[in-house]
Amino acid sequence: MFDFLEGYDLLGAFWVTVQLTFWSALGSLLWGTLLAAMRVGPVPLMRGFASAYVGIVRNIPLTVIIVFTSLGLFQTLGISLGADRFTTINFRLAVLGLTAYTSAFVCEALRSGINTVPLGQVEAARALGLSFPQTLRLIVLPQAFRSVVGPLANVLIALTKNTTVAAAIGVAEAALLMREMIENEAQLILISAIFAFGFLCLTLPTGLLLGRLARKAAVKR
Amino acid sequence: MRRATGDEPATVLYDVPGPRARRRNLLWTLLFLLALGAVVWWVTAGLAAKDQLTADKWKPFFTDARVWETYLLPALRNTVVAAALAMVLALPLGALLGIARLSDHRLPRAAAGAVVEFFRAIPVLILMLFANAAYAEFTAVGPETRPLYAVVTGLVLYNASVLAEVVRAGILALPAGQTDAAKAIGMRKGQTMAYVLLPQSVTAMLPALVSQLVVIVKDTALGGAMLGFAELLASVRPMSANYGANTIACFTVVAVLFVLLNLALTTLASRLERRLRRGRRSTGAVVGADAVEDLAAPGPDAPPGRD
Repeated sequence: MFDFLEGYDLLGAFWVTVQLTFWSALGSLLWGTLLAAMRVGPVPLMRGFASAYVGIVRNIPLTVIIVFTSLGLFQTLGISLGADRFTTINFRLAVLGLTAYTSAFVCEALRSGINTVPLGQVEAARALGLSFPQTLRLIVLPQAFRSVVGPLANVLIALTKNTTVAAAIGVAEAALLMREMIENEAQLILISAIFAFGFLCLTLPTGLLLGRLARKAAVKR
Repeated sequence: MRRATGDEPATVLYDVPGPRARRRNLLWTLLFLLALGAVVWWVTAGLAAKDQLTADKWKPFFTDARVWETYLLPALRNTVVAAALAMVLALPLGALLGIARLSDHRLPRAAAGAVVEFFRAIPVLILMLFANAAYAEFTAVGPETRPLYAVVTGLVLYNASVLAEVVRAGILALPAGQTDAAKAIGMRKGQTMAYVLLPQSVTAMLPALVSQLVVIVKDTALGGAMLGFAELLASVRPMSANYGANTIACFTVVAVLFVLLNLALTTLASRLERRLRRGRRSTGAVVGADAVEDLAAPGPDAPPGRD
């Protein structure tokens, strides 16, 4: 029944999906945190830049960004991100595109976490005589971090699903293999079921685990 | 800390700046300007070196109506048509699933729950690829219209399950007194849902619906890249081939069109939300525009929509 699987590297494709997710998650966590710091910081120009970045990037389809990294950055401008093999170049371009897109959502998640801390908490800290660094360290940030787990988990799940868009520039991940298999084999339902199951295995445990963690960590108000 | 006033954002993170903080801010502003200027210079230099900034690569978009008539407007129309179709079809399906998830009976509740969790956990692209191949194999849908069908089908399957959660959150956000009052005047469960809960929740979830429309519009681009659906992104290749390899200009115009379309929707969503939150005659229940991001992820029960 599963003869048609022969000759296809199913696990390899999902491994590429996992790698895409990992590197993009790492990148967008860094860039997104930086953006969030600018977005809530005291410098008006940085605030303006970060909110403009988020406002623009969130409204451009990820597919446009990813295809742009290949057609625009690589083929037109010759930016290859230090790689010389096509597969590596496309992989890195996809990570770049996913990072640029996802960090906008990471920024928003972090910002919303900071915004959940009520102003009264700080006023109470002031009333107790805590200094500003103490207020930040003991009152604000612990609460902000705890309420950020849930939104960040959702961003991570969305990112896992979004890595399929990398198929548009020929990164050999799950969706591209699925298209190839659908074209070559006469087992549409089975093939689709296998790939659906693969993504269920990636996203559902993340959702359940991090969802439980988020609920445990969240500050009850 | 003083409560921030006027144009200062209300934040718990920093004080209203004093003289020293203001000097420090100025320094940061200057440093940031320098860095930003360096990046802008690097990008423009790179673009100019590849001949992408010459006037004739950008001029067609401003002087030549044919670019718009042949490529951009039909493509934009396809994007909007696909998004609108997907929304119109996904909404009733989503409402049905959302209501089933709130049912008192275990069977419909579990079935709807499984469907919703399944389609939220799978990438839209997988659904689109499946739909495309399925239409080719099992139906007589012709190859010209198949991409549109596939895109809309994929979007409907995914968004119906997200909208199911939006509907559920909208109904749960209503005050319990609404159900109590409906029971008190002798309404049945179906009547309560149809005449009391659903109409009010529709208003409550309008902001979330509009902002889900943004997600749908963005996802139509997948069809352009992977299924040959003639939407905005797919218009880049033929356009740049016809107007002297102006890839960067084409991408810029397409991105700007997407941003304008989506910004209009986002603005509408937040305006609706503000109006609903201010409104005195409503129940005060709102499913905010930001809620859809949380509702779109699979996982344990979504948080109730009241916020």
